[in-house]
Amino acid sequence: MTETSAHQEDMSWQRETSLLGVWVFLLTEVLFFGGLFTGYAVYRSGYPDIFSEASRHLNVLLGTVNTAVLLTSSLTMAFAVASAQEGKRRPLLIYLFLTIALGLVFLGIKSTEYHHKFVEKLIPGAHFSYSGLSTREVQLFFSFYFVMTGLHALHMIAGIGVLAVLAFLVWRKKLDPSRNALVEGTGLYWHFVDVVWIFLFPLFYLIGLRA
Amino acid sequence: MSSAAITKKTYVAVYAALMILVLVTVGVAYLDLGLLNVVAAMTIAFFKAILVALYFMHVRTSSRLVWVVAGAGVYWLVILLALTMSDFLTRAWITIPTF
Amino acid sequence: MTAAVEPKDNYLTAGFSLKSWLTTTDHKRIGVLYLLSITFFFLVGGLAAVLFRLELLTPPGDLVSADSYNKLFTLHGIVMVFLFLIPSVPAAFGNFLVPLMIGAKDLAFPKLNLASWYVFVLGGLFALWALLTGGVDTGWTFYTPYSSTYSNTYVSLMAIGIFIAGFSSIFTGLNFIVTIHKMRAPGLTWFRLPLFIWAHYATSLIIVLGTPVLAVAILLVGVERLFGIGIFNPAIGGDPLLFQHLFWFYSHPAVYIMILPSMGVVSEIVACFSRKRIFGYKFVAIASLAIAVYGFLVWGHHMFVSSQSVYAGLIFSFLSFFVAVPSAVKVFNWTATLYKGSIAFDTPMLYAFGFIGLFTIGGLTGLFLATLGLDVHVHDTYFVIAHFHYIMVGGAIMGYLGALHFWWPKMTGRMYTEGWSKFSALIIFIGFNLTFFPQFILGYLGMPRRYHAYSPEFQVYNVLSTAGASILGAGYVIPIIYLLWSLFRGKPAGPNPWGAKGLEWEKTSSPPPVHNFAEIPTVTEEAYNYSGTNEQG
Repeated sequence: MTETSAHQEDMSWQRETSLLGVWVFLLTEVLFFGGLFTGYAVYRSGYPDIFSEASRHLNVLLGTVNTAVLLTSSLTMAFAVASAQEGKRRPLLIYLFLTIALGLVFLGIKSTEYHHKFVEKLIPGAHFSYSGLSTREVQLFFSFYFVMTGLHALHMIAGIGVLAVLAFLVWRKKLDPSRNALVEGTGLYWHFVDVVWIFLFPLFYLIGLRA
Repeated sequence: MSSAAITKKTYVAVYAALMILVLVTVGVAYLDLGLLNVVAAMTIAFFKAILVALYFMHVRTSSRLVWVVAGAGVYWLVILLALTMSDFLTRAWITIPTF
Repeated sequence: MTAAVEPKDNYLTAGFSLKSWLTTTDHKRIGVLYLLSITFFFLVGGLAAVLFRLELLTPPGDLVSADSYNKLFTLHGIVMVFLFLIPSVPAAFGNFLVPLMIGAKDLAFPKLNLASWYVFVLGGLFALWALLTGGVDTGWTFYTPYSSTYSNTYVSLMAIGIFIAGFSSIFTGLNFIVTIHKMRAPGLTWFRLPLFIWAHYATSLIIVLGTPVLAVAILLVGVERLFGIGIFNPAIGGDPLLFQHLFWFYSHPAVYIMILPSMGVVSEIVACFSRKRIFGYKFVAIASLAIAVYGFLVWGHHMFVSSQSVYAGLIFSFLSFFVAVPSAVKVFNWTATLYKGSIAFDTPMLYAFGFIGLFTIGGLTGLFLATLGLDVHVHDTYFVIAHFHYIMVGGAIMGYLGALHFWWPKMTGRMYTEGWSKFSALIIFIGFNLTFFPQFILGYLGMPRRYHAYSPEFQVYNVLSTAGASILGAGYVIPIIYLLWSLFRGKPAGPNPWGAKGLEWEKTSSPPPVHNFAEIPTVTEEAYNYSGTNEQG
């Protein structure tokens, strides 16, 4: 290694480079969900009352619990990153495990909600049936609900997959987490997915509550 | 860039603030504030997102470049939303009668 | 000058097996892989153009049916835009040159780079699959509700292909951004960077910010088709125009994805062959970023007559005029660079001249289209077709061919035949203008786009256009022949056949070694320091 390129091999340089990559990736994710939020905003402004009415078919309690679950998983994820940086293996494994577990709880609650909607025939498409003021536009609300929460759930599943692989590698001592930015980068992604939910929650669950 | 600057105590405090904001946003949703309902919900959500980004995602202690990347996300999102809405808010909706 | 010799150990001789190519993480080899793949797609898209230009030779629809015609122009558009133009300069030459120009050993994420090529090929295969099973007839714009509800063709399959190909584009853009931030050689400050790098940075910005919105728009069309979950369906209160907003949020800036890298190429070529530093270097550099940022504010000018609100139309029309400013800054500065330069008319320079002239025509007719009142008249006519072909073929492809001829000696270590290459540049210029200039007139006279039959009074211009297309086609075939020939018989180029400035010319051999530089270079001077003085600023 020549003197001049030494800076490129430097560890903190490596870490910064990887994390910048993750940040730029998250930038694309912002715009990806941004397209959906724009669509939501358009129809919500077009049919405000219908969206409120449709929203009352969602379970506020389950939504709130799920928000709490997800925020807690972000806390454990932050702890996992801190443990990784301090090179503490056991706490890292525990926090990774907790984060995965909380993620699974979130998905579990989400799928019971989906199941309710299926039973109530609120899934848009050929079998959609709804008796209320406006049977047509209500479908739009549920289209957005399923596409947006569905894509969010897919991101969670991907995140849980990455976390599981990381945990496995740390457990088998194939990876020294203090020497690279893998845990930190995954953490950034996990928190981002949390941020998306922070916006989804009020937009879908809370708009029909007011008297 | 050293993220060690954020202690576990801070994480717990941020977490507590986030949980309180969840309850606040649910509570506010039960009041009838008219248009302000949306404003309140989005403001609270925005604050929560800022908290997550600054502390959990370490933006607070990150390089200026990370601030720029995060800012760019918000900026372009606003462009997408604002210019699209500039169309939909200034014309009538085309509704097709039920067959 | 001593006789040039080819270095024995270079990135091309590092391995000859197919496996060594398919598993490479060397940015130069990945650039070559891209070059081969996009050339293939260029030929596919070109073949479609040959067929519909033949159809348009006579007024009645006699060669192909209306349905086949719809599929042909859709095929041409999708393949040329998504599988040739978008990856053309950035993925082939950007991959090859970005690390070389900034004095790095490779891109920041070499494995991601290889992944991007595989993802591109996968997306391309889906697109080909959709084409071979029966094609798509929506036009490259996939407008709803036709694409989501009514079309009986293979829209979903094509949508999946475009969605996948988008990821390859994002991977490349992400890689460039991180690389340019983090891997510049010591001493290479932002305002010492070649303008090619500035252009690619701006392009990457657009790719990273725009592509996800296209992805989501296409995804929603797919979801509507496959699961019946309608978002754009007017029958349940949806608005098809929402799709157009999301689509053009990406697809208008996508024009800049195609043109900005070529602008970077032109900056390099103009500086080299007039032996001068680019006039107003900083302005040209900043203009690239300005185009990237500004390009996101004008998409609604594609929707003036599609029931968009007139107020939004006004805003978009007004904003669209402003985007001409940074483009004009570039054109004026290239021209000013030529002033009192010692100009050499080598082949790359011919393409650069072609770019400047044709891009100017394309850009100015763009202003016609951004004018609300005038657009009502020429909207959806051949005027639009002519306008964007002056940008995409006259601009982007001229830049692409300029890059190919400028850096071919660097990539292969061989020189091509001077006479043939100049001849083909001339042929392409003539053929191009003969093909597309009559279309301006056709459009102004009112011939609508996307029909396979037309009224007889338009025939003379269509005959001219088809004749031009055949000349243009021949012009494209000639380089393929002499470039392949040069691989075997061409004279060794030596490290710097053009006497150009820049790390890729001055600090490494042609072709470069696997790790690019014997040692990481240190930069002490401005870009394009052709006068030899080390002036600052």
